[in-house]
Amino acid sequence: MAKNKPEGYLSAKESRRISKENRKITSVLEKQRKRKNVPENEYLTTMHNPNNAVEFDNLHTYFFTDAGTVKSVDGVTFEIPIGKTVGVVGESGCGKSVTSLSLMQLLQRPQGQVVEGEIRLNLGDKAYDVAKMPYEKLLDLRGNFVSMIFQEPMTALNPVFRIGAQLDEVIELHDGEGKSKDDIKARSIELLELAGIANSEGVYKMFPHELSGGMRQRVMIAMALACNPKIIIADEPTTALDVTIQAQVLDLLRNLKNKINSSIMFITHDLGVIAEMADYVVVMYAGRIVEKGTADDIFYHPAHPYTIGLMASKPVVGKQVDKLYSIPGKVPNPINMPDYCYFKDRCEMCVGGCDGEYPPEISLSETHKVSCYRWTEANKEGGEA
Amino acid sequence: MYCKILQRIYGGKDLQSTAGTFNQLLPKTNTDVKFTGGNILRNYIIKRILISIVILFFVTFIIYVLMRSLPSSYVETMAMRLSTAPGSKPYEEWLAQLNATYGLDKPFLLGFLGWLWDFFRGNFGDSWRFTVPVIEEFKSVIGISFIMGVISMVLELVIAIPLGVVAATKQYSKTDYVVSASALAGISLPTFFFATILQLVFCVKLGWFDTHGLIGRDYYQLSSMGQILDVAKHLVLPIVTLTIVSVGGLMRYTRTNMLEVLNADYIRTARAKGVSEKKVIYHHAFRNTLIPLVTIVGGSLPGLFSGALITETLFSIPGIGYISYQAMVAGDIPFTMFYLTFIAVLTLVGNLISDILYAVVDPRVRIA
Repeated sequence: MAKNKPEGYLSAKESRRISKENRKITSVLEKQRKRKNVPENEYLTTMHNPNNAVEFDNLHTYFFTDAGTVKSVDGVTFEIPIGKTVGVVGESGCGKSVTSLSLMQLLQRPQGQVVEGEIRLNLGDKAYDVAKMPYEKLLDLRGNFVSMIFQEPMTALNPVFRIGAQLDEVIELHDGEGKSKDDIKARSIELLELAGIANSEGVYKMFPHELSGGMRQRVMIAMALACNPKIIIADEPTTALDVTIQAQVLDLLRNLKNKINSSIMFITHDLGVIAEMADYVVVMYAGRIVEKGTADDIFYHPAHPYTIGLMASKPVVGKQVDKLYSIPGKVPNPINMPDYCYFKDRCEMCVGGCDGEYPPEISLSETHKVSCYRWTEANKEGGEA
Repeated sequence: MYCKILQRIYGGKDLQSTAGTFNQLLPKTNTDVKFTGGNILRNYIIKRILISIVILFFVTFIIYVLMRSLPSSYVETMAMRLSTAPGSKPYEEWLAQLNATYGLDKPFLLGFLGWLWDFFRGNFGDSWRFTVPVIEEFKSVIGISFIMGVISMVLELVIAIPLGVVAATKQYSKTDYVVSASALAGISLPTFFFATILQLVFCVKLGWFDTHGLIGRDYYQLSSMGQILDVAKHLVLPIVTLTIVSVGGLMRYTRTNMLEVLNADYIRTARAKGVSEKKVIYHHAFRNTLIPLVTIVGGSLPGLFSGALITETLFSIPGIGYISYQAMVAGDIPFTMFYLTFIAVLTLVGNLISDILYAVVDPRVRIA
């Protein structure tokens, strides 16, 4: 690289070359995706464990941008057991949302593509690999089998349609067979009541702008639950809400989940929320899972320095601190990731092996996995800090 | 507002297109008004009309002053011609006499107030250039301009909106590039240039159409059906010109808005519900794109009556644009005053319409 150029500088020529290459890659993938009448056996698969609702297996989701390829999700493997809540934590931009969007196949295409790996979805009698499913088949799953609650209730509802119309639409799409308009309306109102909206008949006729943020999030939840989905993805559902409403929304989600026995993939960066909600926790950092385990594993025995740092940086009731801890440094540039532990430059607990390639996944117990050199056999004693 | 009228006088782009583009450029002052009751809406409209009257007063005053200050005075030209006749009075005497006859000896302000008084009594005066009452001349030419305006506007909508939507949904595809490039070309082509090219190709080289006029040589020998077809044939090129120069702007506007809407969170929500892509675009997204579109189209409705100066002039079509141009060149103060006041009223009405339409299409600004 020439001198006097800031880091990440790209000449126009280079950028053109990159975008040309990107187009080549994405058009092949798009062509594959746009085929008509894909035979079912191409995306039919079997679950590794029939008790899982979803299995992410070595998922790679890349974004082919003009500045280079961003490996937003780079080899993520975890599963969501039926009826359980899995919390996905990590700071902004670590790939939490992209993982969930991969499951819904709602990535911004053609730039965003699942390039490798499987997302196995348990449909009860059979299992599908979502990453290979054709578009028309996906439409039947979205909103019906897998539904999503988005993080911005203020903008996630269409401003020009009434709440009722937006709710009716989902029911009509997936559950509407043999139902009259009045049946669907009754179901919508029932859902609104389920989501804790008192004036359900009134809200049914309202426009989104007439509701507060908390109310809109309840509408979103009602919409997500409309067809009794097996998997609910909650993408930071409480981030935009104030604390009292947060608690109500979380209660609501938990109760409803138990009522229809579905699994929740709960994405957040709020550890308090995770502690309250999740059975299993997945900690992501820069597109990879650094640690995963049950909530107890993660909260009582955090093993990865990043998890330890996260725990230390949350305020604890009854503990007097002058300044809250913060992890030093910043997340590495997502383009051209180094081939060593991504957290090494920020880590305060480095050991000798850290200069090597990206650490492998190490099992600490049946459920608890971590990717860190501190836990390899050689460093075991040093790891117990 | 003022600049629009000045632009008219000094010949900017065709009004057809300016009516649309100008509304985009003008700062939208009143679009964020929340109408919460019928009463409030009525009060709002009354307030807007009162403000409009004040604006109109100043606009007409400025036009009057400008017309009086024009170097090409109708009276001077007339005096010059009369004084050259054999045995005639000298130029100065003719000038004084004509000035007194036409009321130009009075100071600007008095002259203006006199015009205003007559205007309010419904007396628009006689056209100097055409020597008939202004209103009569106006009535005889407005029809053809209106027809041209309506047809080209319908064509514009029918072409621009679907293409804009398609370009947006297939962003960065070949279709998108073709649509965007031709839209840009349409915007950049000056009317006179494009019209001349059309005339060269279709009239001179191919001989399909006449270059000028509204009726053919044998018009009066034709049956009534043939006469209609003859006029229609003469209107083809002007309408094509008008449509092509104005379609680009609307197309780009549609595309930009559609792109913005397609990236909105609620579109992702719709997709997450399992709604098919077609329905996402034509139901969820299009309804939102309509908000700015309806505002713009509604605002340009009055532009249908204002004629297209350059196009009508180039094709010698006796529409309001062409006639008013002749009147302006001749320094015909009564006709020009009437026409420009008419345009000013239309523009104000257009802005009011678009603000009200905004409340109609966007529930967030709905009258509760």
